[in-house]
Amino acid sequence: MLPQNDPDESLAFYRDNLGFEVRNDVGYDGMRWITVGPPNQPGTSVVLYPPNADPGITEEEGRLIAEMMAKGTYASINLATTDLDGTFEKLQAGGAEVVQEPTDQPYGIRDAAFRDPAGNLVRMQQLD
Amino acid sequence: MSGKAITDERLNDLARLRRVRDRIDREYARPLDVEALARGAHMSAGHLSRQFKLAYGEAPYSYLMTRRIERAMALLRRGDMSVTEVCFEVGCSSLGTFTTRFTELVGMPPGAYRRSEERATAGMPSCVAKRVTKPIRNQEAPV
Repeated sequence: MLPQNDPDESLAFYRDNLGFEVRNDVGYDGMRWITVGPPNQPGTSVVLYPPNADPGITEEEGRLIAEMMAKGTYASINLATTDLDGTFEKLQAGGAEVVQEPTDQPYGIRDAAFRDPAGNLVRMQQLD
Repeated sequence: MSGKAITDERLNDLARLRRVRDRIDREYARPLDVEALARGAHMSAGHLSRQFKLAYGEAPYSYLMTRRIERAMALLRRGDMSVTEVCFEVGCSSLGTFTTRFTELVGMPPGAYRRSEERATAGMPSCVAKRVTKPIRNQEAPV
């Protein structure tokens, strides 16, 4: 699950830019839960959810979460692709915030990283 | 406990700081130009430095040096570059500053760190060392 604070911007990133399909989109009281996933992996989904929906979260905690999301220190996801460079170019051309260009990392993996519209870190690695 | 609601303006300011931090991460090997970063974020340099430190716990320059030292550690572990080469590769222009900061963060000087990591793969060409220290993913390594 990844937090989101602007459903339309998140859809633009995950559906239109990254190419995920939308499997569910339910809403209540102005909040939306959107289920997305890679088209060739029907068993794997990510739910883009409103982080303050849980009534167990205090106002103070809600503020803190919103601040950490904006700061980019809250949530992240790791993805993999057989075409890292192509995916990177497509996302960059679509205006996504680049955090790291495709790089061969010292831990033996080639990866790149973006921010989604909610500030989540989206890291993606090259699959051999 | 304050009942102040978080404003969009506050969140936008934090998002701008995030973009500055991400840019520092991307361009760690280049000289840090706080003025240019601040212009890109539509803030004054002083305001940027203060807000960045409040948000992330260290000022932009300090954050940058931490990133450079992390990268330097990885390059020194590789073993195929001298300390001086690594210093300049990560964007530091002063060997003295680099050595001081490295020692502060890592607990030993860069030369000592390079030697301590070198022993682990002593005698191996770096291309082989890279392969044997690579995390095993697909069970290729024989038991």
